[in-house]
Amino acid sequence: MKASRTKERVTWIIISVLVLLYALFPVVSIMATSFKLPSELTSGKFLPSSWTGSNYEQILVGSAQDLFLSSLRNSIGIALIATFIAVVLATLCAYAIARLDFPGKKVILTTALAVSIFPVISIVTPLFNLWRNIGLYDTWPGLIIPYLSLTLPISIWTLAAFFRQIPWELEQAAQVDGATTWQAFRKAIVPLAAPGVFTTAIIAFFIAWNDFVYGISLTSTEAARPVPAALAFFTGASQFESPVGAISAAAIIVTIPIVLLVLLFQRQIVSGLTQGAVKG
Amino acid sequence: MASITLQNLVKQYGDGFPAVNDVSIDIEDGEFIILVGPSGCGKSTLLRMIVGLEDITSGDLLIDGKRVNEKAPRDRNLAMVFQNYALYPHLTVFENIAFPLRLAKGKHTDDEIRKLVTDAAKTLELTDHLERKPGNLSGGQRQRVAMGRAIVRQADAFLFDEPLSNLDAKLRGQMRSEISQMQRRLGVTSVYVTHDQTEAMTLGDRVAVLKKGVLQQIASPRELYEQPVNLFVAGFIGSPSMNFLPATLEGNVLKTAVGDIQVTEDKARAAAGKKVVLVGLRPEFFEDASLVEEHKKDLGSTFMAELTHTEWLGNEQYGYINFDPDPEVRELLNSLAAEMDADELRPQIVVTLDAASRIRGGRSAELWLDTRKMHIFDPETGDNLTRDAEAGAALTQEANTARAEEISEAREREASTAGQPA
Ligand SMILES: Nc1ncnc2c1ncn2[C@@H]1O[C@H](COP(=O)(O)OP(=O)(O)OP(=O)(O)O)[C@@H](O)[C@H]1O
Ligand SMILES: [Mg+2]
Repeated sequence: MKASRTKERVTWIIISVLVLLYALFPVVSIMATSFKLPSELTSGKFLPSSWTGSNYEQILVGSAQDLFLSSLRNSIGIALIATFIAVVLATLCAYAIARLDFPGKKVILTTALAVSIFPVISIVTPLFNLWRNIGLYDTWPGLIIPYLSLTLPISIWTLAAFFRQIPWELEQAAQVDGATTWQAFRKAIVPLAAPGVFTTAIIAFFIAWNDFVYGISLTSTEAARPVPAALAFFTGASQFESPVGAISAAAIIVTIPIVLLVLLFQRQIVSGLTQGAVKG
Repeated sequence: MASITLQNLVKQYGDGFPAVNDVSIDIEDGEFIILVGPSGCGKSTLLRMIVGLEDITSGDLLIDGKRVNEKAPRDRNLAMVFQNYALYPHLTVFENIAFPLRLAKGKHTDDEIRKLVTDAAKTLELTDHLERKPGNLSGGQRQRVAMGRAIVRQADAFLFDEPLSNLDAKLRGQMRSEISQMQRRLGVTSVYVTHDQTEAMTLGDRVAVLKKGVLQQIASPRELYEQPVNLFVAGFIGSPSMNFLPATLEGNVLKTAVGDIQVTEDKARAAAGKKVVLVGLRPEFFEDASLVEEHKKDLGSTFMAELTHTEWLGNEQYGYINFDPDPEVRELLNSLAAEMDADELRPQIVVTLDAASRIRGGRSAELWLDTRKMHIFDPETGDNLTRDAEAGAALTQEANTARAEEISEAREREASTAGQPA
């Protein structure tokens, strides 16, 4: 009995370590590369023999500064705006889907699903032509709009699933307790819905932040080019130097906000707030 | 404190289905009313109409004589305990109980709220849990928090929707007596939905039996038990339920599967002219004939029967007798069963015997049947042909007087303890 349990634990630990290694190896590898000198890039060693910050210097204050910082600004701005719009629209839509009975509910959900599995690569060319004709090419809205098509469907789905679990009876309980319709919504429902909306916002932000295909196809200058696309335009200090070190440093920097977000809000993301509202 | 009057209330849902149909009840100030009925008969709907969460299709709802049909729930000043408690999971127990007080802006200072909540918590033995979240409480504790939220403010009436159905049997018994005492102490008008027999019989001053949205009978538990208006009420109230035995009347004698039963002149007259009637016999009307005292024996009739099996429970035992009805009568029993929401009315009689009885299954034995309280029902309409309305009304009147006494006693006790320095 006891032996089998220890054996089970050991198995689990081994599996976890394997998964961790598999998932983290690329990240660690990129991080190691970002601290290497250009001369060391082809040395074949995993860790740099002497750690250097020159790559970070190059992209933050050095020659690649313009390219990197402007794209960072674009990425942050575009991802935030796309997230905000997606979450607001998805909240309204999911509320209607969870609360109201109207014809076409299924249609909305299946359409959202269909949009989300539609291959990005197949609309990017028509979009390129269209955007050039109507002047959206290489602008923020030119990216925000396609990003909505990526973030909206998943936001609607997660929020609708989340809203369905909310014990809406609480709203009625609050009304009996003396609340107006608006008070009941604000005091009984919003606190329960907030974690779901928040989680959705984070997921939507990740999607917008990580996009590459739209970013590289629908922009041409620093006016709107986001980080993932900008990385491709890095050059080495001279044309004989590989830009891999700088690219790695930039990749690490853009990963940091994501890691921070997850670490800071993991409690909210895995929120157990709804527990205990109903019979247990 | 308030009286609540329901006048011809009707509720039709969107699909035109009348969930509540023409229900009229007068609920007096301080009265404890129970709504019972099988699942889906409209109990919750009726309660939600009273509290204002469900629109009234037609009819009038009066609180203290004032029509409130169009009033929002918050303007009716009623407190409700929901079946699944509906506690606010993001608030502590203290804030849950304080919720209605905080909503009544400007009415209470923070100190008053603290005092009211701690007082309520003390009554409900929640003092140790005030800072916890509902998610971490046991079922019984959650139930008490829901209760606390209802009693903390001066509501005109309490409405309960099956508040104990999620608790285990022991806790349910305990909470039942607590609710009963609390209602008497506070003297607040209460409407309580349940489908638990025991809760209905022990808590209510009057019990309203609903079937498919229609009010069948509203009376004290004793009247319901002894003078039911129809087959449905007779079968629904009481556990094990009443036995219905097909019979034909010949003169003053009812011919049944368990032998001939001599009936009184007026009962025979009430049942005259019907081809087949149903005799309603409660299990406790039967007894092991060898254990019945001689002078009582003449008050009923004795018959021989073979029990299929018996169940000994310690304080009493149940015996089961099968009988073989005509196909015609079997048909009747089946349609009756469908009517009463049971799977089938088995051609079986349940009898309650004294625990000391040595009658065992498989053998023939002599049983005695007390025929004094039996009722005769019309199988077509379901009406009770032998109901004594006067005797029934007297029983309910008795219950009313008892309630008035209990409340005034409870108030006196309250006043005298309040008068003494603590
Ligand atoms: N929103 C609704 N729309 C349509 N029909 C409804 C709705 N709510 C309830 N009903 C119907 O109204 C009838 C009464 O429902 P109600 O919830 O009042 O029953 P109940 O007596 O409380 O049953 P239970 O003991 O199972 O709680 C049921 O037949 C139900 O199907
Ligand atoms: Mg119900």
